[in-house]
Amino acid sequence: MIAYLGRRVIQSVLILLGVSLITFALLYLLPADPVRQIAGRSATPATVENIRRQLGLDQPFVIQYWHYLTSLLSGDLGRSYIQRSEVTELIVSRLPASLLLMVGAILCELAIGLTMGLLAAVRRGTATDQTLMVASFVGVSAPQFVVGLLLLYVFAVRLGWFPIGGYGTWRHLVLPSLTMGILGAGWYARMMRSSMIDVLRQDYMRTARAKGLARGAIIFRHALPNAILPVIAMIGIDIGIFMGGIVVVESVFGWPGIGQLAWQAIQRVDIPIIMGVTLVSAFAIVLGNLLADTVAPFIDPRIKLR
Amino acid sequence: MSKGAGNTRTGAAGPAASTTAGAVLEISGLTVGVRGEDGERPVVSDLSLTLARGETLCIAGESGSGKSMTALAIMQLLPQPAARISSGKIRLRDMHRGDIDLAVLDERRMRRIRGDRIAMIFQEPMTSLNPVLSIGRQLVESIEAHTDLSRAEARRRAIEALKAVRISEAESRLKQFPHELSGGMRQRVMIAMALALKPDVLIADEPTTALDVTVQGEVLELLRDLQREHGTSIILITHDMGVVAEMADRVVIMRHGRMVEEGTATDIFARPQADYTRELLAAVPRIGTGVGRQKSAEAEMRGSVAVVNDLHVRFDLRGGFFGRVNRRVHAVEGVSFSIAPHETLALVGESGCGKSTTAKALAGLVPYRGDIVIGGCNLAGLGRVERKAVRRDVQMIFQDPYASLDPRMRVGDLVAEPLLIHGIASKEERSQRVAALFERVGLSADQMELYPHEFSGGQRQRICIARALALRPKLIIADESVSALDVSVQARVLDLLKELQREFGIAYLFISHDMAVVENISDRVAVMYLGQIVEMGTRDQVFSNPRHPYTKRLIEAVPVPDPAKRRPRFARLDQEIPSPTRKIGEELPKLALRDVGNGHLVAVS
Repeated sequence: MIAYLGRRVIQSVLILLGVSLITFALLYLLPADPVRQIAGRSATPATVENIRRQLGLDQPFVIQYWHYLTSLLSGDLGRSYIQRSEVTELIVSRLPASLLLMVGAILCELAIGLTMGLLAAVRRGTATDQTLMVASFVGVSAPQFVVGLLLLYVFAVRLGWFPIGGYGTWRHLVLPSLTMGILGAGWYARMMRSSMIDVLRQDYMRTARAKGLARGAIIFRHALPNAILPVIAMIGIDIGIFMGGIVVVESVFGWPGIGQLAWQAIQRVDIPIIMGVTLVSAFAIVLGNLLADTVAPFIDPRIKLR
Repeated sequence: MSKGAGNTRTGAAGPAASTTAGAVLEISGLTVGVRGEDGERPVVSDLSLTLARGETLCIAGESGSGKSMTALAIMQLLPQPAARISSGKIRLRDMHRGDIDLAVLDERRMRRIRGDRIAMIFQEPMTSLNPVLSIGRQLVESIEAHTDLSRAEARRRAIEALKAVRISEAESRLKQFPHELSGGMRQRVMIAMALALKPDVLIADEPTTALDVTVQGEVLELLRDLQREHGTSIILITHDMGVVAEMADRVVIMRHGRMVEEGTATDIFARPQADYTRELLAAVPRIGTGVGRQKSAEAEMRGSVAVVNDLHVRFDLRGGFFGRVNRRVHAVEGVSFSIAPHETLALVGESGCGKSTTAKALAGLVPYRGDIVIGGCNLAGLGRVERKAVRRDVQMIFQDPYASLDPRMRVGDLVAEPLLIHGIASKEERSQRVAALFERVGLSADQMELYPHEFSGGQRQRICIARALALRPKLIIADESVSALDVSVQARVLDLLKELQREFGIAYLFISHDMAVVENISDRVAVMYLGQIVEMGTRDQVFSNPRHPYTKRLIEAVPVPDPAKRRPRFARLDQEIPSPTRKIGEELPKLALRDVGNGHLVAVS
């Protein structure tokens, strides 16, 4: 177990290193010039060159990347070109909001998705099953900004149950979490249904019935833990999809997370922030996968980590 | 048939169980229908039978006879929503509340019957226990479902139940998970679970079919002992007439969903009335009836088709921080044998003994160490292209005719594929050759256009044989090739294999766990245990004069299809077969084979 974790951590560091190199290279090759953005339109060529030298952007790529890496090791993600503050601070101040949204979204998608999938599998072939699967299909295919605006219109504008945007109370959390969760819920519903149908066919389910167990025990104790395994592996991968969605959803709801930070930075070619957010996201994905793999043996004793 | 047949009990199972007379379960006019594309089709038709208290009733028949459907109907566990009981009564005798008709009982009340009054064990112990719940949890929950016992008391009952099925260290076993137990152990756990609540009726659906023969003996004996102690009535469903003869008081023979014959075990075996019963019994392979067929001097002269010398196959297991190889499965350890043309060498042994791995190495499917010489060419020294040419001479037929044919290809193309791969013959020639092969294995040439699912198991195995024959090989490896087939089909496929051998002079490496089949087809026999050969000789040497204790046990464990020869005790396994997995550097002790006369080799340790 410890050997396994050690190996996985080393792998994760290598992955992050790769991500940093690729992102750095892409941003280096970008035709947009960050110095022009900082200096403004009226700056003289001398000023531009001066700023370029100050930021170290006149150095060759390898040197720039080396500097970035060495300061990264001490937890320094550099300074924002535009906002005049440390990227680390900016991200740390905004991370809690994004994590909260992520937790809310995961809870939403699991609660909605797993329930739908379970119900559809147990009622396989009935009208309930068909309705749920159509609903999940809509959930999967609806664009998030449309879902977000729709939810805002119905529950905030018309019904007034939740605030239109902002951050602070649990009420603020509901609509953004739902918006993010609905996409995942559709996927999970479909996955859970097929996984559950597969499990219900297994011999041990017949054994459970032959023992005279109640229906609840059969489904929740015998079928669910088996059916949920592939879904758990999915959650790890899902965090990556979240990072994409978070940019859209935070903008729609004015949620002060790293998604909004990234959005602003991209518009202004604020390279250190883009780098920082990318690395943090990559870290979250790697961590999510690691967690999902570590949890699996607790549900299925046949899985041994080595 | 006689109603209330409790006093018709015969056989050697002892008088203790038959003290309480009267029927416990009565089925009358049971019809089970399965809905398909063309309406409802009966899989059990108008079946009537009675199960007396304390007796063992065997329902025997081949696949599709409706025997399992009958069992599932009794438990109301028919596959939903396709199958249903369309008519008939299943009366469970209840001394206090009168009879209950299970055929019309609602789910809530049926649930109280299942596990408590009627328990069931299934064919596949490997998949019938829930993999994510501990043995203890699964045992305790079935006790709790039907009693008001506290958790602690239920746990105590579970331990008792495990002890009753002779599982050692019962208490610590509760914490184990199914995958940590062998197949035989799992089946015993299933039996413990079924009998923990002392049900009136135990339905055992092919309980030993998936088990090794020595383990089968153990489990059957256990069922017999437990029945004697508790007076449980058993419905034993099996296709194996040997098991029927060992276990049954009364026998019901089924075919196509109908009862063909019913009677006491002695009557069925000694005086079968129905033609089908006679055919079924005639098809059963029996030890000691193989036609004498000694290896001809001619075969000796022609040299060997294949020579295997000091074959080793090991599989690496990784572990530790850097994922280095730290253990190895010693699947095959220094196996040597040779096969001559016209000869059938059987490789027998129980699961995990390395017999299939030996075959795979011979067919070039796993990496090996040692020498494999085919038609005088040592494979080790050859390049890719030459090796491919030599490999043409070795073909394989697998166990499962359902899984070994690509469902999306026409069977004609499947048989032609080896020719295509090796670039033999033009398109027309190929289809002519395939047509001829189809005729030869007893199919018709116009069936070439069909897909695998349109054939029965026996026909599919014929297709596999045709495919193996396509390259006119010198050696065919048949890995458990008839194990999945019904006895009557099995007998015909074995006959076909023998005919082909006479005609083409093919040598067979015949791998099987079934000693009776091996005795029927083989010229020479090699017995494998833990990756090594422990005994090898002609069929008569091995079967009439087994010298190694393991060979003896293997032969003794085979149930004899004759109730008159019922054994009082089965061969007992002292312990589980040890694992062939070893740490790096740790070697398995090598066995040396000694000639005890006329080439009969026996391992000495």
